[in-house]
Amino acid sequence: MNIQQVNISENNFEQCIKCTICTVYCPVVPVNPDYPGPKQAGPDGERLRLKRGEFFDESLKYCLNCKRCEVACPSGVKIGDIIQLARIKYGKKKPKLRDVMLANTDFVGSVATKLAPVVNASLALKPVKLAMDGILKIDAHRTFPKYSSQTFESWYKKNAAYKQQSYKNQFSFFHGCYVNYNYPQLGKDFVKVMNAIGYGVNLLDEEKCCGVALVSNGLINQARRQAELNIKNIRKSVLEKGCPIVGVSSTCVFTMRDEYPHLLGVDNADVRDGINLATRFIYHLIDECGVKLKFRDGIKMKIAYHTPCHMEKLGWAYYSASLLRMIPGVELQMLDSQCCGIAGTYGFKKENYPVSQGIGASLFRQIENSGADFVATDCETCKWQIEMSTSKKVMHPVSVLAEALDVEETIKANAK
Amino acid sequence: MSANGKSDGYDVIIIGGGATGAGTARDCSLRGLRVLLIERFDFAAGATGRNHGLLHSGARYAVTDKESASECIKENMILRRIAKHCVEENDGLFITLPEDDLGYQATFVKSCQAAGIDAEIIDPELAKRMEPSVNPSIIGAVKVPDGSVDPFRLTLANVLDAKAHGAKVLVYHEVTAMIKEGDRVVGVTVVDRKTKASHNYYAPLTINAGGIWGHGIAAMAGAKVDMYPAKGSLLIFGHRVNNIVLNRCRKPANADILVPGDTICLIGTTSSHVGFDEVDDMRVTPDEVDLLLSEGEKLAPALATTRILRAYAGVRPLVASDDDPTGRNISRGIVLLDHEKRDGIPGFVTITGGKLMTYRLMAEWATDLACKKLGVDKPCVTMTEPLPGSRDEDEMPKGKSFIVKNPIRKSLEGRHGELSSKIPSGNEYDASLVCECEDVTVGEVKYALSELDVNNMVDLRRRTRVGMGTCQGELCACRAAGMLAEAHDCTKKAKDNLANFLNERWKGVYPIAWGDALRENEYAEWVYSGVCGMKQNDLR
Repeated sequence: MNIQQVNISENNFEQCIKCTICTVYCPVVPVNPDYPGPKQAGPDGERLRLKRGEFFDESLKYCLNCKRCEVACPSGVKIGDIIQLARIKYGKKKPKLRDVMLANTDFVGSVATKLAPVVNASLALKPVKLAMDGILKIDAHRTFPKYSSQTFESWYKKNAAYKQQSYKNQFSFFHGCYVNYNYPQLGKDFVKVMNAIGYGVNLLDEEKCCGVALVSNGLINQARRQAELNIKNIRKSVLEKGCPIVGVSSTCVFTMRDEYPHLLGVDNADVRDGINLATRFIYHLIDECGVKLKFRDGIKMKIAYHTPCHMEKLGWAYYSASLLRMIPGVELQMLDSQCCGIAGTYGFKKENYPVSQGIGASLFRQIENSGADFVATDCETCKWQIEMSTSKKVMHPVSVLAEALDVEETIKANAK
Repeated sequence: MSANGKSDGYDVIIIGGGATGAGTARDCSLRGLRVLLIERFDFAAGATGRNHGLLHSGARYAVTDKESASECIKENMILRRIAKHCVEENDGLFITLPEDDLGYQATFVKSCQAAGIDAEIIDPELAKRMEPSVNPSIIGAVKVPDGSVDPFRLTLANVLDAKAHGAKVLVYHEVTAMIKEGDRVVGVTVVDRKTKASHNYYAPLTINAGGIWGHGIAAMAGAKVDMYPAKGSLLIFGHRVNNIVLNRCRKPANADILVPGDTICLIGTTSSHVGFDEVDDMRVTPDEVDLLLSEGEKLAPALATTRILRAYAGVRPLVASDDDPTGRNISRGIVLLDHEKRDGIPGFVTITGGKLMTYRLMAEWATDLACKKLGVDKPCVTMTEPLPGSRDEDEMPKGKSFIVKNPIRKSLEGRHGELSSKIPSGNEYDASLVCECEDVTVGEVKYALSELDVNNMVDLRRRTRVGMGTCQGELCACRAAGMLAEAHDCTKKAKDNLANFLNERWKGVYPIAWGDALRENEYAEWVYSGVCGMKQNDLR
């Protein structure tokens, strides 16, 4: 018997050859000595945990789940997943009230939207910030994203839904919590661009938060329920209606494509390829389907593009950058791909604040020195972090496109 | 005092630093004898460190060798008490596969009970829940009080206690001749393997605890002990597949025990007769690897797709009693030879046979005989007196330590028990890691270098698990070599040591070098030859 050909390890963590490149790329290691780094927390730690669960180390909570370790790994080890799964399996610390609040973007968002003026005003007040800092341990330095008084969904139903069926191409927009509760303008911008190139925008029958914040805060069962609901509705859209799913948040898209199956055990194999990111979707339409974008004259701006961690993991920063470069008069600088430090809800927690800002420090310096008019990025939490930590505004590439677009000319160019 | 007046003040010289020799040194020194323990290489470097590390319940021998079985279960229970930092109380299952005769189970359980082993037939479904890695097609299961035991830790703990009671220990010293006055053995000639200097030591009694090498030692005294070298090969897997020892419920055969031990698990063994010319350099053959894997899969199918770390082989010190070509049917029983009575050679005793499980009992027998010959009347206390590391004392002090990570603290405490309080960890350097796979700190290496008779990196591995993890020395070896160079104030020696260590690691990887194991070793070779500048001919 030639056993060498059959005895190949199926255990992903055993493919680690200890080269330690992951630890070099980990943004947490240089700023937090309490974090053992991805190699030790991941494949090394897994052996010890298989020996006995008591070898689990609570310091695994310092992992940002940025996945930069996985991008760096030459052996294909899913280091971030190993760490998240270990936290799910062995972590004993129950999520605190604060974690539950931060993680439930859907619920908190739907309440806050109804009371938006009051919520926004109070969240900006110093006493409120100090109270949240003291009681909830949400760092007082943080600026909360503003809540919109009208959700994207209700705007869409009133102002956009009726005319979408007139377009010859259709797709479904996974708007995510941020667009719905905090920044409907991004959703409106996306509808504007897509309508101009002849694409009708549909919403899913129902969508819930992708669950990324629930996973990182240890609310796994709720995350799984939401993932199942999302995949059910995505399946209906992709398989029954033939409408692909497009999102504007790199993290939502990454989570639904790549985290559902192995972190939450929700199978998405039949629809995974049908879940796409806005900039990549548009790029492919231009590149392969003859879609054209026409821009206004006289644009002159310098944009610095920041690659969010999950965008790096997806490998898709190229599409956003290429689209921005299509706008005449745009000078684009690619910032060094590095973590901004916020990592979703991580940076909001008081205990993580110094680490969070320490991770982002070199990025903030590069942004300040860039001379850019503003920063573009595909992730909403990176936006909050950069706007709080630098003097620059941050825009989504789709919003930049929408602003630069000559709608009339674009419609004409795509009507042929 | 020997016959012609020479004396080093020793009552007894013990040859062999395996579990038996170390155990005998401990027992003798606890009974007030002045002991010299001589080991040719390092503690546990022979058969002691080259077996399953199985804390036998005795069930394996119950049907064929009741005496061994009842010795095993008694020693099993004693070791749980006196050596708890060396023992994991995992339990064991004897499983019956569809190809096995389920009828054997009844005989097996009856024999176990007769030997005093608590064997309980359980529902195969329950067995699968207890040990999810077990072959799902099992038709029968018996639960027994098996476990695992770390032979390196166990031997060292005996040495430490012997030293604490006045024993002198010489490692890397080889006995080259017996000094005789007439027929009587009065001492030994010893060569220091490092300096090549030769020295004579005298004592009224010499105990041969040389395992398979005891054959040659006895010959030096003019006695003939017919040893039967039976090679047993094993495979180490990269992590634990099982947490309960898995055995086949049938007559003992090849590759029918899977033992979880520390971070890894082991499948073994094979059994084949080898010549004495081979016992110093055992190599695992491709056929043995094939056999171990194909039989191992039957116990736990996941082994087929688990990374193998290395392969190794040991030699059972069986005492030949018949002409069985496999060595399987020879008794594993203890053999104590009083050469005065047997061969007319006073002053010389051989303790052999037995197995790791019964090392303490072997030591007790040998010490009883030594006491009788030396006119000492003291009872044995080793069955109740805990070994150093297993005493109920405080472990690492938490306040002053820089070790904040749970796995590191647990690893150190697991290896050294209450002696972990001696490991320096009061600054960041001492708390940092040398070996990342097994969580060995700088402080632990320092402690080993200063207090645990470490001469080289292989010794260091036996004391601490440096280099025993998946990287097999790739990251830790150069760090450890640096510390060794510092401790011994000699870079050249440390570099030679590093090369030896890496070659020793490679020897174990070679038989299973494919897939990720090969990839990792290629990377390690690149690190050492490409980055660290080691010469190609240093690395074989």
